[in-house]
Amino acid sequence: MTTKPLLKVEGLKKYFPIKKGILGRTVGYVKAVDDVSFYVNEGETLGIVGESGCGKSTTGRMLMRLLEPTEGKVEFDGKDLTSLSTEEMRKTRRDIQMVFQDPYASLNPRHTIEKILEEPLIVHGLDNSKERKKKVREFLEIVGLSAYHAKRYPHQFSGGQRQRIGIARALMTNPKLIIADEPVSALDVSIQSQVLNLMQDLQKEFNLTYIFIAHDLGVVRHISDRVGVMYLGKMVEMADSEQLYLKALHPYTQALLSAVPVPDPDFKKEQILLEGDIPNPANPPSGCTFHTRCPHKMEICTKVTPRLTEHDSGHSVACHLYSEQVDNDIKQLEGSI
Amino acid sequence: MDERKIVLQVKDLQTTFFTDSGEIPAVDHIDFHLKEGEILGIVGESGCGKSVTSLSIMGLVPKPPGKVVGGEILFEDKDLLAMNEKQMRRIRGNDIAMIFQEPMTSLNPLFSIGNQMTEAVRIHEKGWSKKKAEGKAVEMLKLVGLPRAKEMMRDYPHQLSGGMRQRVMIAMALVCDPKVLIADEPTTALDVTIQAQILKLMRELNTRLNTAVLLITHDLGVVAETCERVIVMYAGQIIEEASVKMIFEDPQHPYTKGLIQSVPDMRYKKERLYSIPGSVPKPGSIQQGCRFAARCEFAFDRCLTEDPELYETSAVHQTRCFLYDREGVEQHDNKALIES
Ligand SMILES: Nc1ncnc2c1ncn2[C@@H]1O[C@H](COP(=O)(O)OP(=O)(O)OP(=O)(O)O)[C@@H](O)[C@H]1O
Ligand SMILES: Nc1ncnc2c1ncn2[C@@H]1O[C@H](COP(=O)(O)OP(=O)(O)OP(=O)(O)O)[C@@H](O)[C@H]1O
Ligand code: SF4
Ligand SMILES: [Mg+2]
Ligand SMILES: [Mg+2]
Repeated sequence: MTTKPLLKVEGLKKYFPIKKGILGRTVGYVKAVDDVSFYVNEGETLGIVGESGCGKSTTGRMLMRLLEPTEGKVEFDGKDLTSLSTEEMRKTRRDIQMVFQDPYASLNPRHTIEKILEEPLIVHGLDNSKERKKKVREFLEIVGLSAYHAKRYPHQFSGGQRQRIGIARALMTNPKLIIADEPVSALDVSIQSQVLNLMQDLQKEFNLTYIFIAHDLGVVRHISDRVGVMYLGKMVEMADSEQLYLKALHPYTQALLSAVPVPDPDFKKEQILLEGDIPNPANPPSGCTFHTRCPHKMEICTKVTPRLTEHDSGHSVACHLYSEQVDNDIKQLEGSI
Repeated sequence: MDERKIVLQVKDLQTTFFTDSGEIPAVDHIDFHLKEGEILGIVGESGCGKSVTSLSIMGLVPKPPGKVVGGEILFEDKDLLAMNEKQMRRIRGNDIAMIFQEPMTSLNPLFSIGNQMTEAVRIHEKGWSKKKAEGKAVEMLKLVGLPRAKEMMRDYPHQLSGGMRQRVMIAMALVCDPKVLIADEPTTALDVTIQAQILKLMRELNTRLNTAVLLITHDLGVVAETCERVIVMYAGQIIEEASVKMIFEDPQHPYTKGLIQSVPDMRYKKERLYSIPGSVPKPGSIQQGCRFAARCEFAFDRCLTEDPELYETSAVHQTRCFLYDREGVEQHDNKALIES
């Protein structure tokens, strides 16, 4: 595996205006993604986890410019995507493909599988008709379906098979990066593992780079080399997946990990129960947005926004418990870390 | 031995949907019981009949196309299936309560929380004044851990978060002090940190009020953390039943084994996940033999022609698989294979 970043994201933001009244006056903003930076190396899988509404999908969609960022830079393969013209961006999409959560909603019910899989090739003007049809059959086999499935329609497939079709479609243009937004969340457990295995096999075979978005921490740990944890539009922790699960630093990550039910009745874990609900992103708390639920909250947390900074090599966290400025005495007072 | 009284007993229940494309035996001869104060889990993948089982108990199967076509459901020795709608309504208001996956569909968006809670109290306690009923409603909201219970009485469902709505639903279900609470995927729509809060609440209430709980879920982790005993369903049938300890320590049915192995475990990194080939069948799509045979790596000739029964393998364990049939295939080669 090389360690060249294929994708570099800096200061990415998306503010959705909140409109009111008949004139549609903007009365505020939902800060769906608020100053997020990360990179993904070639051939690796970066997992992004976090609870509903924290901005995972919005981040994914901005990387492909399916949504225009409010601010920030997305560098892919040496090119700044945010400065590309629509036409140049269209061409680049050949190299970045997406797989969605709901394979049914993303497959046109009136088209045959052949037509669905051919489409990205036609859009990018690749291959002639005969080559395209051959490729469709080839990729159906690669994702574990059969050539004869080409003439069928989406409703004739089970959920797991439809997700295989979604993956085949993403592979047609021979992309470098695949952004998978909750690709197994809608699937049954026994089908989930089939699709995860398939994605891992394809990654090896085609040297793919993945951004894997999910809310299931078990699934993310399994598939990712590195993991980023989001809370209310911000990246609060980022580490090697092994490291993150062994030694989470951010109090939110710690709580999140402890909340996941473990399928082992003998396993006694310490549960950190968070108080209250996830705040409204239209009106996020001041300072560290987690302070309203944080068991280690300090004075400074309500006032100053902590920045994501490297704590150990390759392990970054956005939390005042780890920032230099905070007096060591305060740390001791708060104890427990 | 467990001395607790059985509060709910389901005997040979069959619920079928009569559709244009044929009959679907969604619940296909099911037997189980629930003891007082117990938390019993039902797990299984989408479409295996978990919800239809709970709707059958509540007398809420949509009819047509559905119909309970056989069996008995005994609540404290009274057969619920023999009751008329009026009697069932009384059971639902007093003895057996149910909470659903999506609380929004069971709360009326047009009425305030206070209005709906008070109404629920007065159905149970006829003759109570409005004021007294409101007092009880607030008390119940506090019981489920809602901090600003009094103010919340004025709120409408859309003003609450998913976790808060689910707490309100639990409060409402507990108003009548039911003996049995059926919770159908009560946390599936919630985030994990909120799910942890709700599961803890359910365990606490179970201990404190001694309510028997039937917890339906597809998450084996939720079962491990919450239940005492568990039933595994597949294509409309119970394929394994055991104490929670045994189901994880010694899963017997090839499907249960496969299911447990397919789940990524956060604590260790597995190089590769186990996966069961094929897909989950709809009830009724397999007419003959073991419902799991087509996906089973241990299947042998008998599995394709005969229907296995639930074989008792210990006092707390039953498995619907021929490999556990004492008479007959004890010596089959695959038996050694599955034990290795
Ligand atoms: N088009 C839009 N207009 C206004 N607000 C939006 C829009 N799209 C998303 N949001 C808001 O932005 C925030 C982040 O949403 P996003 O879909 O990225 O979350 P997510 O992490 O993918 O959540 P989930 O796990 O539920 O999919 C949410 O508060 C959402 O309501
Ligand atoms: N109204 C209906 N009409 C026809 N068939 C139905 C109806 N409701 C349920 N079924 C059938 O009954 C079977 C069992 O459904 P049920 O809702 O009990 O599944 P479940 O185990 O609760 O699944 P899930 O995990 O998806 O909630 C399904 O295969 C479905 O096809
Ligand atoms: S009865 Fe046969 S097919 Fe069914 S689970 Fe057992 S071994 Fe497999
Ligand atoms: Mg999303
Ligand atoms: Mg259901």
